[in-house]
Amino acid sequence: MMHTEAPGATIALTVNGEPRAIPEGSTLADLLGTLQLDPRLIVVEHNREILRDRDAYSTLELVPGDILELVHFVGGG
Amino acid sequence: MTTPGSSGRVAGEIATPTTPVPTVDLPTLDRDELLRYSRHLILPEVGVEGQRRLKAARVLLVGAGGLGSPLALYLAAAGVGTLGLIDHDVVDVTNLQRQVLHGTSDIGRSKLASAADRMREINPHVKLELHETRLTSANALEILRDYDLVADGTDNFPTRYLVNDACVLLGIPNVYGSIFRFEGQVSVFATADGPCYRCLFREPPPPGLVPSCAEGGVLGVLPGLIGTLQATEVVKLILGVGEPLVGRLLLVDSLGPSFRTLKLRRDPTCPACGTRELQELIDYEHFCGITTGGELIHSELTVPSITPLELADRLASGGELTLLDVREQHEWDIAHLEGARLIPLGSLAESLDSLDPDAELVVHCKSGGRSAKAVRQLREAGFTHVLNLDGGILRWSDDVDPSVPKY
Repeated sequence: MMHTEAPGATIALTVNGEPRAIPEGSTLADLLGTLQLDPRLIVVEHNREILRDRDAYSTLELVPGDILELVHFVGGG
Repeated sequence: MTTPGSSGRVAGEIATPTTPVPTVDLPTLDRDELLRYSRHLILPEVGVEGQRRLKAARVLLVGAGGLGSPLALYLAAAGVGTLGLIDHDVVDVTNLQRQVLHGTSDIGRSKLASAADRMREINPHVKLELHETRLTSANALEILRDYDLVADGTDNFPTRYLVNDACVLLGIPNVYGSIFRFEGQVSVFATADGPCYRCLFREPPPPGLVPSCAEGGVLGVLPGLIGTLQATEVVKLILGVGEPLVGRLLLVDSLGPSFRTLKLRRDPTCPACGTRELQELIDYEHFCGITTGGELIHSELTVPSITPLELADRLASGGELTLLDVREQHEWDIAHLEGARLIPLGSLAESLDSLDPDAELVVHCKSGGRSAKAVRQLREAGFTHVLNLDGGILRWSDDVDPSVPKY
């Protein structure tokens, strides 16, 4: 678990229903990197909007209170 | 035979906003059926009217495997009048850990023949329609158009997109379920006003990067959990009771365990159900980057390779080769090739220094997917003599040495 140490150093958001703190100024691409998720293998919903352009992940800066859902491709049956 | 008038018709009590099944001229129930379905009939939400709707309903199950098993068993038992099944596979021993529709004595039989025997034993009142074929763009509309509902229990992305698009084009709800390892997803797509599969997953993932259950494994109980949720949605849709999973994706994690629902909206830019620019079925293998032979097209995973027979020849003639196994330790413990060295794919990057860059490397895994990634990684790191073993240890067992157990 991440802990907030210096005030202002991290921001709080919700990822897949769980609270999470990330460094201030992080982009969506940074978060996916931390979580070791391949952006091509998930669909990202950002504040209830599905993001269609994966190239924009590296410029999307996350802000406090953001709600993210990271949905995997699951194909088995 | 008519139903007893005093049996508690509850049509007025059933909340029936929408049901894809016709609600007039319903078939009647005979004495045996009235008794058989008694636990349904005493539920006010079902009653005789609801049970007759179930009998009138025509549901197509795409796939008679992991998800298809509980769907077929429970929907037959529940008295869905006509169940279609489509599958072209035969029962394999590795299916039995989760595909409870089939038994040990069914190994080698067609899945549909096995399924039909089991379903007739469960409920002889159900009419079965067996489509022993592969669902393709050429036959999908013809097969699906006769059904009120489709339940998607397929195991690959091309068929999932095909089922979705065909359901959207025909206006048939698609009760979706999918599984991998310990997790599953359930939703109801392609209803009159809800989103479809493409509203969520617009484009398929790059070919070969999402492992199948054969590559990544699946908890045997999981399709039971997800398939029964799909069966529940099918029954709810037919009866018109409760809140169907329209516009919601249920995410199931069996380890938590956790059940979360994610709201989905129809996407006005969706090419299938939004703009409707998709007016006919396409080539879904190509769409998902796979040739009709199952090979990957233009994929980063197409790498230089060697077949098991070629490798056996090279080894027999004293070829200086390093065999590199990139599976996990627990897989190595099941079976491995004589003289191979184990470096799991996840730790390959930190082990590069221990490999001779001038040696000729043959990389293998279970079936060739992970080793292809390793070959690419090694070539990027400057290794020039690297080959992928086609078909992995499974094909080695088939073509060269049957004493290597398959798993």
